[in-house]
Amino acid sequence: MTQVILFNVTNGLIIGAFYVLMALGLSLILNLSNVINFAHGNFLALGGYLAFTLSPTLGYWGALLVAPLITALIGLLVERLMIRRVYNRDPVYSLLLTFGFAFVMQDAARYIWGPNGLPLGLPEFLAQPISSSLFFITWYRVFMVTVVIAAVLGLFAFLRYTRVGVRIRAGTLDLETVASLGVNISLLRTFNFALGCMLAGLSGVLAAGQIGLNPNMGDDLLMPSFIAIIVGGVGSLIGTLFGGLLIGVAAALTTVFFPSASEAVIYAIMMLVLLVRPRGLMGEEGMMS
Amino acid sequence: MSTDVGTSVPTAAVAAKQPSASASPRWVMLAVIWALLIAVPYWLPLLGGYTALAGRVLVFGLAAMGLNLLLGFTGVLSFGHAAYFGLGAYGAGLTLRYLVHSTPLAMLVGTLLGGLAGTLFGLLIVRRRGVYFAMCTIAFGQLWYYLAYSWNDFTGGFDGLRDFHREPIGFGPFTLDITDGGTRFYFFLLAIFAAAAALLGILIRSPFGHTLRAIRENERRARFLAIPVERQIWLSFSISCFFTALAGTLYALLNNFADPLALHYSLSGYFVVMCVMGGMRSFWGPLVGAAVFVVLQDYISSITVNWMSFVGAIFVLVVLFFPRGLLGMRRMRSSE
Repeated sequence: MTQVILFNVTNGLIIGAFYVLMALGLSLILNLSNVINFAHGNFLALGGYLAFTLSPTLGYWGALLVAPLITALIGLLVERLMIRRVYNRDPVYSLLLTFGFAFVMQDAARYIWGPNGLPLGLPEFLAQPISSSLFFITWYRVFMVTVVIAAVLGLFAFLRYTRVGVRIRAGTLDLETVASLGVNISLLRTFNFALGCMLAGLSGVLAAGQIGLNPNMGDDLLMPSFIAIIVGGVGSLIGTLFGGLLIGVAAALTTVFFPSASEAVIYAIMMLVLLVRPRGLMGEEGMMS
Repeated sequence: MSTDVGTSVPTAAVAAKQPSASASPRWVMLAVIWALLIAVPYWLPLLGGYTALAGRVLVFGLAAMGLNLLLGFTGVLSFGHAAYFGLGAYGAGLTLRYLVHSTPLAMLVGTLLGGLAGTLFGLLIVRRRGVYFAMCTIAFGQLWYYLAYSWNDFTGGFDGLRDFHREPIGFGPFTLDITDGGTRFYFFLLAIFAAAAALLGILIRSPFGHTLRAIRENERRARFLAIPVERQIWLSFSISCFFTALAGTLYALLNNFADPLALHYSLSGYFVVMCVMGGMRSFWGPLVGAAVFVVLQDYISSITVNWMSFVGAIFVLVVLFFPRGLLGMRRMRSSE
């Protein structure tokens, strides 16, 4: 029993780590640009597929580095060409825009790489279990969690210690003041959007090694990421981090006892948070209204 | 019917300023819309359509008009209305399958189920605004999708709820047999649609409707005028959920089938794009948007497997180049 629970807790942490990476990207874009990026799951899939295409030439490690960067570049183009145009309009337009674009991206992935699942090859040693008693933990799982931790630490360090990062955080709180201090908001938002897409691309490469590739692989991660943001509190990246881990572990633990309720428990947590603490666990007062 | 938007000028003053010249196009438009709707079984087959398609337009149009009470007339963005639509459909379907073989009761149960779910959830989120409100509605909507999806024994899971069908309706000595899907069922749908649309129209023109528009135009000012903003938004959300749920029950009757996709957030997105495409600020906009969307989707999915790209492209094009919608453009020209 302990081993079953241990297995599911590690599982939950890994799933939670994906929620976190995905939700952090969404949260960055939401906080600074007030846009819900419905296409975020499709940027995740795009990252995975790019790694699939690149890995024969660049190898796995090269693909792991380059695929998220290309995803970020495509995100940058999307922001410049389309999303930027609806910032000053009613939020309904940005939602419809990213929602529609998500359809186009998913169909494009199906058209280019085919509708069937594809595997992403891993280096030999990553596929091994770490020991015979912990047979359910492969090195790849350890590796994934390490990369996610590194990415999250890197993101927080970036936001804290670099000039652009500080501006992003300041813009989250009061965009007008930041603009009046002479910061190029338009460029900042573009960069921020690309950063969010890069995180999605990175989680896509990592997810592809675990569950393989298919055109709608991001869809299942999108809703939990929304909930991670709501639970953690809009406006707080730390909140998003804990929200993602919380619902990941909660869902995995529920799987042990009531397998069919594992999705429902995520929503139950969300309802509970909305009821008891509407601004989210670590949300700023007034941020959500 | 173009109810005066935004301005809270007393109606008498409006009537004094605008002679019958501006009132007559409204009646012309009403007459044209109803004439077209009533004559559907006669002109649609000539254009190569089929009556069930018109039924779908009515059902989605009603759902979108219900949503538009919130979206266009209150200015609050719900991106999760498929939940209430789907709850209506499942409520009706489950009633017909497990409880009683009665169409009116099924509609009542479905409408109450969807409407009350919305009413309760509305309480939780009524203080949220903008995209955050939208995000909460999406996430809550997906709860029902997963529930219908995973509760296999009761709801039929991914395959959807089958084994029920609409029943003839008895009025004392008369019986209205709507079991075959033809013209008679279309007129049944149209009658329900007409009643619902009339009710919506009355609501929007009522003092309550005026407070909603006041909130949309300037929430802070509405608050200063002692309009209970939270309560009005909650009521608007709740009422709009009832209408959408009613449309959902009609959807179940139309198809004799309810599937989890009726609960999925994609459908919520379709409802929103119907409102925007037709014109959010106009009463009939969502119906026009629904007609265009349903016909386009039907046509596109019949000619290509890549229909998703086209539907997505429609969304993008509407947002970038056509944000006021079809009826919105008409209004803009007439106000110039």
